[in-house]
Amino acid sequence: MPRRTDIESICVIGSGPIVIGQACEFDYAGCQALKVLREEGFRTIVVNSNPATIMTDPGFADRTYIEPLDLESVASVLRRERPDALLPTLGGQTALNLAIELAEGGVLDELEVELIGAPVEVIRRAEDRELFREAVRSCGLEVPTSTIVTSLSQLAEVQLPAVVRPAFTLGGHGGGFAEDRATLAYQVERGLWESPIGQVLVEESVRGWDEFELEVMRDRADNVVIVCSIENLDPMGVHTGDSVTVAPQMTLSDDAYQALRDAAAAIIRAVGVETGGSNIQFARNRDTSELRVIEMNPRVSRSSALASKATGYPIAKVAAKLAVGYTLDEIPNDLTRTTPASFEPTLDYVVVKFPRFAFEKFPGADQTLGTQMKSVGEAMGIGRTFSEALLKAHGSRELEAGAPTPWPSLADEDLPEGLHPWFRKEIANARAVLASGDIAAAKRAGWGDDTLGEALGLRGAEVRRRRHELGIRPVFRRVDSCAGEVDAASNYFYSTWGEADEAPPAGDKPRVVILGSGPNRIGQGIEFDYCCVHAAQTFRSLGYEAVMVNCNPETVSTDYDTSDRLYFEPLSPEEVLAVCDREQPLGVVTQFGGQTPLRLARAIEDGGYSILGTPHEAIDLAEDRERFGHLAEELGIRCPPWAIVSDLAEALDAVSEIGYPVLVRPSYVLGGRAMRICYDSEQLEAAMAAVTGSVLLDRFIENATELDVDALCDGEDVYIGAVMQHVEEAGVHSGDSACVLPAPSLTLANALEVEHVVKRLGPALGVVGILNVQLAIADSTVYVLEVNPRASRTVPFASKAIGINLVDAACRLAAGATLAELDLPVPRPTQVSVKAAVLPFARFPGADPVLGPEMRSTGEVMASATDLPTALAKAERAAGRPLPTSGTAFLSVRDEDKPAAVAVAAALAGLGFDLVATEGTGRTLRAAGLEIDDIAKVADADDEDETVVDLVRSGRCDLVINTPQGSGARADGYLIREAALVARVPCVTTISGAAAAVHAIANARAESALSLQERIGIEA
Amino acid sequence: MTTLATDRYKRPSGYLLLEDATVFAGVSVGAQEVAFGEAVFTTGMTGYQETVTDPSYAGQLVCFTTAMVGNYGVADERGESAQPHAKAALMRSLGGEEWADWLRAHSLVGLDGIDTRSLVLRLRDSGAMRAVAVSDDRALAVPDALEQVRAQPAMEGQALVAEVSTKERYCFSDEGSPHVALVDYGAKRSIMRRLAQAGAAVTVCPHTTSADELATFDGVVLSNGPGDPEPLEAETTIVRELLGRAPILGICLGHQLLGLATGHRTYKLPFGHRGSNHPVLERRTGRVLVTSQNHGFAVEASDSAEETYVSLYDGTVEGFDFPDLQARSVQFHPEAGPGPHDAWPILSSWVEELRR
Repeated sequence: MPRRTDIESICVIGSGPIVIGQACEFDYAGCQALKVLREEGFRTIVVNSNPATIMTDPGFADRTYIEPLDLESVASVLRRERPDALLPTLGGQTALNLAIELAEGGVLDELEVELIGAPVEVIRRAEDRELFREAVRSCGLEVPTSTIVTSLSQLAEVQLPAVVRPAFTLGGHGGGFAEDRATLAYQVERGLWESPIGQVLVEESVRGWDEFELEVMRDRADNVVIVCSIENLDPMGVHTGDSVTVAPQMTLSDDAYQALRDAAAAIIRAVGVETGGSNIQFARNRDTSELRVIEMNPRVSRSSALASKATGYPIAKVAAKLAVGYTLDEIPNDLTRTTPASFEPTLDYVVVKFPRFAFEKFPGADQTLGTQMKSVGEAMGIGRTFSEALLKAHGSRELEAGAPTPWPSLADEDLPEGLHPWFRKEIANARAVLASGDIAAAKRAGWGDDTLGEALGLRGAEVRRRRHELGIRPVFRRVDSCAGEVDAASNYFYSTWGEADEAPPAGDKPRVVILGSGPNRIGQGIEFDYCCVHAAQTFRSLGYEAVMVNCNPETVSTDYDTSDRLYFEPLSPEEVLAVCDREQPLGVVTQFGGQTPLRLARAIEDGGYSILGTPHEAIDLAEDRERFGHLAEELGIRCPPWAIVSDLAEALDAVSEIGYPVLVRPSYVLGGRAMRICYDSEQLEAAMAAVTGSVLLDRFIENATELDVDALCDGEDVYIGAVMQHVEEAGVHSGDSACVLPAPSLTLANALEVEHVVKRLGPALGVVGILNVQLAIADSTVYVLEVNPRASRTVPFASKAIGINLVDAACRLAAGATLAELDLPVPRPTQVSVKAAVLPFARFPGADPVLGPEMRSTGEVMASATDLPTALAKAERAAGRPLPTSGTAFLSVRDEDKPAAVAVAAALAGLGFDLVATEGTGRTLRAAGLEIDDIAKVADADDEDETVVDLVRSGRCDLVINTPQGSGARADGYLIREAALVARVPCVTTISGAAAAVHAIANARAESALSLQERIGIEA
Repeated sequence: MTTLATDRYKRPSGYLLLEDATVFAGVSVGAQEVAFGEAVFTTGMTGYQETVTDPSYAGQLVCFTTAMVGNYGVADERGESAQPHAKAALMRSLGGEEWADWLRAHSLVGLDGIDTRSLVLRLRDSGAMRAVAVSDDRALAVPDALEQVRAQPAMEGQALVAEVSTKERYCFSDEGSPHVALVDYGAKRSIMRRLAQAGAAVTVCPHTTSADELATFDGVVLSNGPGDPEPLEAETTIVRELLGRAPILGICLGHQLLGLATGHRTYKLPFGHRGSNHPVLERRTGRVLVTSQNHGFAVEASDSAEETYVSLYDGTVEGFDFPDLQARSVQFHPEAGPGPHDAWPILSSWVEELRR
């Protein structure tokens, strides 16, 4: 059936900020879909609050709305644009939930917008436990049985073993597993107590069963194809996002696999997904072959992104075509060109995905894996055998030495309990090969040069040299979705060993190799992928062949459409050099992938390849504090006093010169890893104990305004792209602080000095491309805190706020253009834009949800408006923390903040808020003439006293302002902040943040949504 | 006991040699044999045991494109016949020792570590070829092997049915109705199982069974089987004589024989269709079935009206219906084994029709 002609315009909803469980995969899906829809001639409208997405680039849709993903704002976009249809299946759970809200709220009917991809009743049937169970049973299949329990008397009929899940607790806290009646009663009792609503779900346990997922597509002619099977190595009980997974499935016989296939086809039909893809998860008992259907997502998902990258079958693209009426036999396969989308992919390689955790960022957090996802990113490896794929993915996680993680090594004792014996045996085989010391065999098994070097007592580079002498080099194979059966001109490659090489690059265009940023982690995520994708686009438009190397399956950069050739490979010297050997690039582009490519820069230069644009020397100069210190001195640029120390004695010594407070940090870090602010020797001692090697001490400038500057440099001239001011004071990591563009409280004199400083730094460092400078201003003195001669996290936000694509310009500079030639306009944004961070604390019970020098946010949102309060209020809404406009505000601040808290409290009182405070804060506020209700601290409370935690839990508090007091009172502050987190009450942990919030509450105005194209004055 | 990969190095090195003199080195994990045959590949990712026991693979050296073979062991019930018919299993990576043991016990050559993708690309570009799988390179040197390979008959023109068909008629299931005769040209057990599952009584008949005898059944299934259909003149004659006297359902080789019996021509495909992912279009309904396929020859259609199924992969004929003759056929394998079950209803609905 051909494309529908009764619809002309389609609105696509994105998934918003990156959070745990919703990452770049939805940008990948959105981009694919928008591309297809525009090719098909539809007018497209996109709504997404995440500026770091490619899908929100002005050229990707006809109208782009960077607006909060809530009912109010999406409805206003729909009202303004009046699309014929809404496609909600590409933006994760966020978009699906919004679609339901829009339908239930009558908005879709009122505006005559048709829901395509998945109608409301289908979404409900897949998402509602009861309806889903009915649908599954109608296929003769089973879901795990479950009962809602509110009292111990209801346990008689519960089958054992069982899982107990308390309702509405943070991270499923208080849940457990019961194999006998006594444990069940204990677990339920505890769960009832933990649950704020006194309710637990008792579910049949399938813990330890094997877990499989199938990616299914169905069209409106009822054709069903299975794109990919995925097997989880971590057995049931561990969230699939936290599991190591392999595709295709490895351990099922044909019979067993076909049973899953039949079940998946039956379920997608019973649920009624008619035009799109779904992910269906199964638990299977290894001994009895029993099957339980766990879950279905009637939309594209993280797994479908993985399946797309694993097979070369573009699920989102096909789903979008199905949604507008095509059938599977009508849609051609991109890779083969001659076969249709109904030709199920078949793989002649194995793909393994490893989750990337960030537990080191959340000390105190429970690291047990369970049904709540905790990983922040993933890396994928492709190999011709399971062990090769596994080893590539395992090594691609880029973990810091000693960082806590599941699967720390592949030693038998580090493998999860319940791992299928087949995997255990294959891993043991790989270890045995490594132990044999046979280089050729070890390479074939998938061991990297570095690991092999460790086993042989050599450096990785030396292993490389030796094997080159032996002629042991990798070869490259195509991902073609058909195991070679069709002559596919695919541009998607992976390396392997001991075979013939396939399709070496041809053509006479000069090539650039762009290095991606690897798995998402806190501090390095989608922003860098955004930059890499733009780099590829720009170099292609300049007449180069762009070659991408990356190992993150979620991303747009690893879409084979993005570059001329994609190498899905680990980002380590070995693989990157092998790609360079094959491609013989004019240069390697390292400035867009965050810290990951910078770490490779030296190896690339040593390997005889040149870095395009900013050379490695500039990175070294900026990051080596000693060298940078001298440079700053020469340039007459002020930095906070600093010292490099290697132990506590030296640190104490240095501090006597520098003075407290000091910022302690290991060198070469991204995301403020292990950074601490110390106010006295005791804190310094603790901070020094937590780090090893050389440590940088900086005088911490208190009460400073922090600025982020993104600029371009051609080696001589500098172009200031964006000067952004942080909302939180210096000391909160720039990635976690909200920031505003243009900087609202910068004096002209300071602005000129900032500009002057950046203009001197760029050429002095030798930057050719992009750079980021972080500065602090205290008492009208400008300090340089940090210079990064690479793209920063703020580049996508800044580019969208000023309407100038900074990455595009930086690539042109790296390719040899001068700023004079580019002739960029001076950015004059007509609106105020705010970037706000989204934090994952709710996933990490036990970790204190407070902002500090260590970055912990996973993502960000952007909001623009005519004034700052309106933009800030909108940004907070977009970040899922809408500011209250009335009610009760609770204040408890540390002594240093008490003077500033008076103004905040007074403003709140003036807005009609009732104020509640703990004793000390209350005293200060009352002294200033404010009316305050006292409430007991948790620590001081008697049993019958109501504490602030009770207040928050019972829904009688609408805003929490709580700035942390040193370490002593952590317990109390922590309990307050955790309670706010659970109850979803906005909780502000810095006094400057509180002032900004109150300003926004007081002055935000209602403004109608405006598209990015209108804001920056372009028409797509 | 777990066998470690390093043990594989104690195994003899063997090779696969194609008639165009291409050599693929491998490690012998199967029987110590020299196996001549036609080198073909299958893209199915599961079902290695079903594949090598499928009589349609008689005279063939089967390359598995899937990365790892043998992961989930072996089980008697997975056999598509009593013994293997393929002569060698060519694998990139052996996934389990139980499978290697089975290969040895059943005298199949097994080569591990073969650069299967290069082999596939070669066969795809040059067509299926005569080849030899040698388990020990010390036993037969490449130049001698090449001479011998080139002396082997090509698959085209080979009648192999007599070698694999049952000699005696036997009853697979005597309960149920209708009573169906399955003419065994190399029939897979899955066909028998699916027919019985649909409620039919199934009698398996030798390929020489006369049309008169077959006409006494409620329906006749012409099974799959190996080799070139064209030299099967006696079988074709029987089918021609049977036309109109009993309802006929042809599968794979059975489809080709029905084609020949109704005056169509057959021809050799360059490298065949073998796998579990082939989409075919059911022309009557516009539906797509993902099918299990295993054939090196195909039938030319004379008239699109009789063509019921068409390959969405290369447009070749995938099925016929001759309503006047009560005869129909499919080129793919509705019984699956291995492969998807999308086409199971073709068998069950045929049985259902006979019952009515």
